[in-house]
Amino acid sequence: MSDVLKVPTMADFMAQGKQPEVLFWVGCAGSFDDRAKKITKAFVKLLNNAGVEFAVLGTEESCTGDPAKRAGNEFLFQMQAATNIEVLNAYKVQKIVTACPHCFNTINNEYPQLGGNYQVMHHTQFLKTLLNDGRLKVEGGKFKGKKITFHDPCYLGRANGEYEAPRDLLRKLEVELVEMKRCKTNGLCCGAGGAQMFKEPEPGNKDINVERTQEAVQTKASIVATGCPFCNTMMTDGVKHQEQEQQVQVMDVAQMIADASEL
Amino acid sequence: MQYIPNILFLLLLVAGVGYFTKNIRTVIRNIKLGIPVAINDHKKERYGNVARIALGQSKLLKRPISGALHAIVYLGFIIINIEVLEIIIDGLLGTHRVFAFLGGFYDFLIGTFEILALLVLVSVILFWTRRNVLKIKRFLSPEMKGWPKQDGNIILYFEVVLMGLFLLMNSSDYALQQMGAAHYIQAGSYPVSSLFVGIFDTMSQSSLVLLERTAWWLHITGILIFLNYLYFSKHLHILLAFPNVYFGAITPKGQFKNNQAVTAEVKMMMDPAADPFAAPAPDAPPPPKFGASDVMDLTQVQLLNAYTCTECGRCTSECPANQTGKKLSPRKIMMDTRDRLQQVSKNMDTNQGVFVPDGKQLLNDYITTEELWACTTCNACVEACPVSIDPLSIIMDMRQYLVMEQSAAPTELNATMTNIENNGAPWPFNQMDRLDWAKE
Repeated sequence: MSDVLKVPTMADFMAQGKQPEVLFWVGCAGSFDDRAKKITKAFVKLLNNAGVEFAVLGTEESCTGDPAKRAGNEFLFQMQAATNIEVLNAYKVQKIVTACPHCFNTINNEYPQLGGNYQVMHHTQFLKTLLNDGRLKVEGGKFKGKKITFHDPCYLGRANGEYEAPRDLLRKLEVELVEMKRCKTNGLCCGAGGAQMFKEPEPGNKDINVERTQEAVQTKASIVATGCPFCNTMMTDGVKHQEQEQQVQVMDVAQMIADASEL
Repeated sequence: MQYIPNILFLLLLVAGVGYFTKNIRTVIRNIKLGIPVAINDHKKERYGNVARIALGQSKLLKRPISGALHAIVYLGFIIINIEVLEIIIDGLLGTHRVFAFLGGFYDFLIGTFEILALLVLVSVILFWTRRNVLKIKRFLSPEMKGWPKQDGNIILYFEVVLMGLFLLMNSSDYALQQMGAAHYIQAGSYPVSSLFVGIFDTMSQSSLVLLERTAWWLHITGILIFLNYLYFSKHLHILLAFPNVYFGAITPKGQFKNNQAVTAEVKMMMDPAADPFAAPAPDAPPPPKFGASDVMDLTQVQLLNAYTCTECGRCTSECPANQTGKKLSPRKIMMDTRDRLQQVSKNMDTNQGVFVPDGKQLLNDYITTEELWACTTCNACVEACPVSIDPLSIIMDMRQYLVMEQSAAPTELNATMTNIENNGAPWPFNQMDRLDWAKE
């Protein structure tokens, strides 16, 4: 597989005295989490296929600081922000795309006051522009007619008001899009946000991801689509908890598009 | 002698409005205990929000049943209050139905008030049923036990009594008009109160006048008492919802404010010219506190939020943590903030306007760390609030205090933060391995 993936770094571009069209901010989950790495690779395939000149920071990328900030460690967050902004500004980065809504939110909304001003897009938004520009072809393929539900990541939906880009892409896949009862502005969290991903939940009578996946399973969708590596993990675990993994798959929108085109 | 009612009315009005003004001044003083925030941007957008969210009740109507009932009571109260203006003029000048000269339009006004009053009565009865008979989950949360539940009902009783007196006043007036009693000019139309005017058939004119006057006086007295009840109740929202929506955030919900005090520290740390051994000047102000452990550490907008909360519980019913049995309830965060602020307020009142430390604070004495650590920062509570209250910002400020002042994060999070600090990721992977996925 490694021969098909072309992943240049910003340093490579700089060595050639060039500037990429967009910086792909991979994020920690996208770099290290086994499930999220699949999303990263699928997105890179789509970028390569669309002929997008992108670059990653590679080993120069560091956590945006989102979990630290949401956990209350503003100090660590601002240290991370300062470091990242210094790297991004040194490379004169203007446009960033990321497959993680947390990275997207932090860089887009919280970096500007700290000196980091970039045009930031979530990968579903970016893919939609590629589609609109005719650079990317999205066709149903194996998903045609399948019942699919979309789980809104909080940091894409409520936090930044983007509900339609991922749904537009799914519609292009000619799927039967069904909505959960709690969707869009009323979407229920997967349970990972606010640094909950990295700790045990507080005492209660149920895990949030179980509550959410029950709702997803009730739609009788065969695929739960999402646009966040953390939601992906939480939903996958929730589906397993209900022993539904034979019937229900959890996939990122980018993975689905790459799969449909058999990339 | 003939001016005694006018003088009595004036005294009643001055006492009612005076005491209310005193309490509102206390509210303003208390809000000013918070950290000032300069909000003078995006005026157009903010007024738009007031028109849409506060006046237009756009968010309330997201729940159609309670939203529609609320819209009726709200509309009824605003419109019927035009009548209060007439009552005040009549009371001060000794006139009767001073706006009667409006003729047909007056008939229309009074007719509209009557129909609205009836609708308000019906809605209030339905509200009471929702609160007391139907088992609606958001009214049964632990924080609603005792006074908050009682408060909700008292407001409904007030409204029943006021609407009842309004209709009684009108129907006896209508009966007197039909008798051709002196001073009771033929004015207004009474589509509702004329329906039960028959019950006065056996009453003499003098006892009818007594009934009409009693209802009139009780009605205006009731309104003034209700006005003064606001300060002691969640019902303060009928006034504060408007400024609260105006000052509500207009940035994306995901944008949490960056702590300026921390920015200053980080800048100093990264400044190669900064003297690492510099001691602060002897007269330097104490270093800023990071985050919030008490109401004085919150902003004025957050304190206004607390006074505005009407405890509807939509935030709590949307909260993923609350829905899955965790202790966190965003509504309780707001109620606790207000309760603590009121405790501070009483403390100041008994100490000549100066707060004397009482060994208590918002953290732990009101809000526990278990509640704070249950939040997923999903913004469902912020989205749900019909009056733009932001419970999440208080949770975040208190987490900052826990982590940066007390080093009291949950152990797993300490490990996460150490990882971010040392290897740039929340998990213990090497930063040098960050691109390994591309080679796998």
